[in-house]
Amino acid sequence: MKKYHQASWNEPLLIEMSKSGRQAFSLPELKPEVLSAINEDRPENLIPEKMRRKTDLLLPEVSEPEIVRHYVRLSQMNFGIDLGMYPLGSCTMKYNPKVSERIAKNPKFSGLHPYQDEQTVQGILEILYELQSLLCEITGMSAFSLSPAAGAQGEFVGALIIRNFLNDCGYSSKKDEMLVPDSAHGTNPASAAMTGFKVVKIPSSEGGIVTAEAVKKVISERTAGMMLTVPNTLGIFEREIGEVSSIVHDAGGLMYYDGANMNALLGRVKPGEMGFDIVHLNVHKTFATPHGGGGPGAGPVGVVDKLSEYLPVPVIVRKGGEGYGFDYNRPRSIGRIKSFYGNVGVLLRAYCYILSLGKDGLKTVSEQAVLASNYLLSKLDRRYYSLRYSTDQPRKHEFVVSASPLKRKTGVSAGDISKAILDSGNHSPTVYFPLIVDEALMIEPTETEPVEFLDQYATILNELAERANQSPESILKAPERTSISRIDEYRASHPGSLVLNWRYLLDGAKKKKDDDNKGKRNGSSNSRKDS
Amino acid sequence: MTIHRFVPNSAEKIKDNMLKSLGLTSVEDLFEDIPSSLRIKGGLKIPDAISEIELERKVESKLEKNFSPPEYLSFLGGGAWLHYTPSIVTEIISRNEFYTSYTPYQPEISQGMLQSLFEYQSQICELTGMEVANSSMYDWGTALGEAGRMAFRVTRKRKIVVSRGASPERIAILRTYCYPASIDVKEVDFDPKIGNTDYSSVRSVLDHDSAALYIENPNFLGIIEESVDELSQLCHERNALLIVGVNPSTLGLMRPPGEYGADIVVGDGQPLGLPLNYGGPLIGIFATKKDPVLLRQMPGRLIGQTVSKDNSKQGYTMVLQTREQHIRREQATSNICTNEALLALAVSVYLSSMGPEGMKKLGSLCLANSHYAQKLLSERGMECPYFSGSFFCDLTVKTRLNSQMLPAKLARHKILGGIPLGRFYPDLSNVSLFSFSEVHTPEDVRTLVDALSQIDERE
Repeated sequence: MKKYHQASWNEPLLIEMSKSGRQAFSLPELKPEVLSAINEDRPENLIPEKMRRKTDLLLPEVSEPEIVRHYVRLSQMNFGIDLGMYPLGSCTMKYNPKVSERIAKNPKFSGLHPYQDEQTVQGILEILYELQSLLCEITGMSAFSLSPAAGAQGEFVGALIIRNFLNDCGYSSKKDEMLVPDSAHGTNPASAAMTGFKVVKIPSSEGGIVTAEAVKKVISERTAGMMLTVPNTLGIFEREIGEVSSIVHDAGGLMYYDGANMNALLGRVKPGEMGFDIVHLNVHKTFATPHGGGGPGAGPVGVVDKLSEYLPVPVIVRKGGEGYGFDYNRPRSIGRIKSFYGNVGVLLRAYCYILSLGKDGLKTVSEQAVLASNYLLSKLDRRYYSLRYSTDQPRKHEFVVSASPLKRKTGVSAGDISKAILDSGNHSPTVYFPLIVDEALMIEPTETEPVEFLDQYATILNELAERANQSPESILKAPERTSISRIDEYRASHPGSLVLNWRYLLDGAKKKKDDDNKGKRNGSSNSRKDS
Repeated sequence: MTIHRFVPNSAEKIKDNMLKSLGLTSVEDLFEDIPSSLRIKGGLKIPDAISEIELERKVESKLEKNFSPPEYLSFLGGGAWLHYTPSIVTEIISRNEFYTSYTPYQPEISQGMLQSLFEYQSQICELTGMEVANSSMYDWGTALGEAGRMAFRVTRKRKIVVSRGASPERIAILRTYCYPASIDVKEVDFDPKIGNTDYSSVRSVLDHDSAALYIENPNFLGIIEESVDELSQLCHERNALLIVGVNPSTLGLMRPPGEYGADIVVGDGQPLGLPLNYGGPLIGIFATKKDPVLLRQMPGRLIGQTVSKDNSKQGYTMVLQTREQHIRREQATSNICTNEALLALAVSVYLSSMGPEGMKKLGSLCLANSHYAQKLLSERGMECPYFSGSFFCDLTVKTRLNSQMLPAKLARHKILGGIPLGRFYPDLSNVSLFSFSEVHTPEDVRTLVDALSQIDERE
């Protein structure tokens, strides 16, 4: 294993660095001509007295160099895909093209206000309209809304469309059940529940897929629809999807496609041709926009023709000879879902990506994503990491192995392995998901990993398993080469020790208590690293 | 398969070696379980790949069709405001370690993002006067939608009263979020002269069946709400939550909602130094009290401070995840997963750079500019402000010209603005909203005033 060590700073909070009188802001002075015109030297007096802030605003007082140093140090204690492998299952942590970052900084985009007249923003409207068309072609849908801010919001939109459509068909609340496989991502049942649906679980077959047989057991006249991702979270293609879609449609329900796993299907299969009526895409996954530490993303939603009138408002349209604009006159729309028009900055990057890959490139992406995943799987030591479900079948862009054999032999769990991987300068896979695999390690390398990195990752996993065999205690100490050793998560969430902001540092009484605790910590451990 | 610079193993020899090690001759073997009836025939009907040079040229030529600062002066607000993005904000969020990272599920290797988000939460609490803030929602409107759902979960009541002076778009989003839970949204009108929420109207609508009252301060019409203590008391008498929506750039000088009894504060962090980006991405602020009931029902990610297990170092991690979808699934407080984390980092950097004095000065500049515009416009004989209530950075002007015709005419003067309120309120067909910030010079304001009075005189 290569020697890696993450930077480790004992970086205080900015409020701890604060010194009265220091400042980092740079603002123009109030001009005398303005002050005399408004007849007021202190503009805050223009606010009614009872609405003025009287208490001090306790933000840090620091200089610009201190701020930059603070955040650069913090960045060194963070890990991104630009540093090493980040094979989180279903997250599609692929390389983020830098040209998109440059283009998105163009002031002729970044300075645009959403309430500008349509005539003044034809450039961005043209791009968004084209993006809608590209996404329609990629997914086999008839119309798209670019509004949703994330996949989960797309799911909420889709569930609302299903609910409203069925209401209009005269079903009212009779169709109130949403079918969701037991392997589904947590957002699926959460979104369905938010929309007022009762979640009905479909058990995965022995082969790990949703079978027509299983669906027939849970389908009823109460079925409003099904939410499914293909390939599923096990990385297996849902080969009975054709029949499954028919069963749901025959029962009067609609099919919803969770696009999180679209990376396996680009240029090869269209959700629309698998029988799906509604689709969301995660552009921060499939279309390479940066994950940003947890956002921003975008979750555009596509629909078949009969559902297009239900899309959220507004929809971007061509207005005869006048160019592009927004259509708000949509009486059957589920309503507005997002301020303005969606995460346009993110969508612009997705547009750049699609243009950069082109028709052949997108197909290369799915092929290589699937090749990388199967290749990595083939290198793993199956004595420790066992494949579950349809073991004779290839996976697609991701796979799930169980670390149960490892745990049985050595006591070292998937969670422990996930901590030990961090010491290699790579990120761990997703652990303990999907729920239907015990000690699950869900791995999606993506197509942007050079084969050398795939080899190295497999070597790391195998070496860790061997080491677990020899001396499990050494694994349980991990991580030891990250900026901090294993975190006390229990204490973090415990009501007695829950600290959600730095207020306690500003509150004198609590500060003393904290000092006392710090003293205890310094005394109890000699291994405290200093910056 | 074509070679692509983003796809390292697409090089022929490398691909072949990988296939060989799998004992395969073709990648197609890995897709054989996909029924042929489902496969796309003939490939996607999208253009071929273009080079980086061609891409830049193509996209830039499209963007050239847009009108934006600096060629145009912009005076638009209404939920996203034109402010200055300090250079250090752009610099820091461009660091690869931050922007190419994911949700910090492995805290030990993600302390950078986690500490930044903890600092963001802390700063938002200070600004709003609240006790707990999450590490972001999508935007103000959806934060409001989630606040409405939370009010229902906490009170079990299905009615939310909102001021018509709040943003119509945000109210629309609230309705979309409330509809599936059968929560009724009832609007109370604003005072036609003052532009604020009329207390007695609220009093007659906010009953014991109400889960919450929502006001914005300043409101969408730019007016500062002053009856906040009375409204707060009313809410608590009727066991309803007070939800206040804020533009946080005003909170350097405005009384924070936490001090007048807000139970939930929502808002957008965009005016805290984030570029407009045609309205997205934005960042939803969501803050509440540390009351155990409210905290348990709060949506979104929460970062907490803790220690390493060996007690040697202070650290940060996601906490109270049992509220969230990845643990609780259909019983989660919200389905939110991906949020606006990178922008929370940006806001944190911005607030660090502003500090208390900068936030005061920011507010002063906005107030000075809006009131300067008001003075000059009223001296020119225009009905400005239209509403008599106190205002912060947003100014209402009544014109002889229909407000929806005004932007096109101003564009000829190389000015973008105002927001035609007639678009949202039929009773305000000739009223426009102009917003001012620290980016406007006195000359900019005078340019607007000259153009507006010229246009209006011609009517």
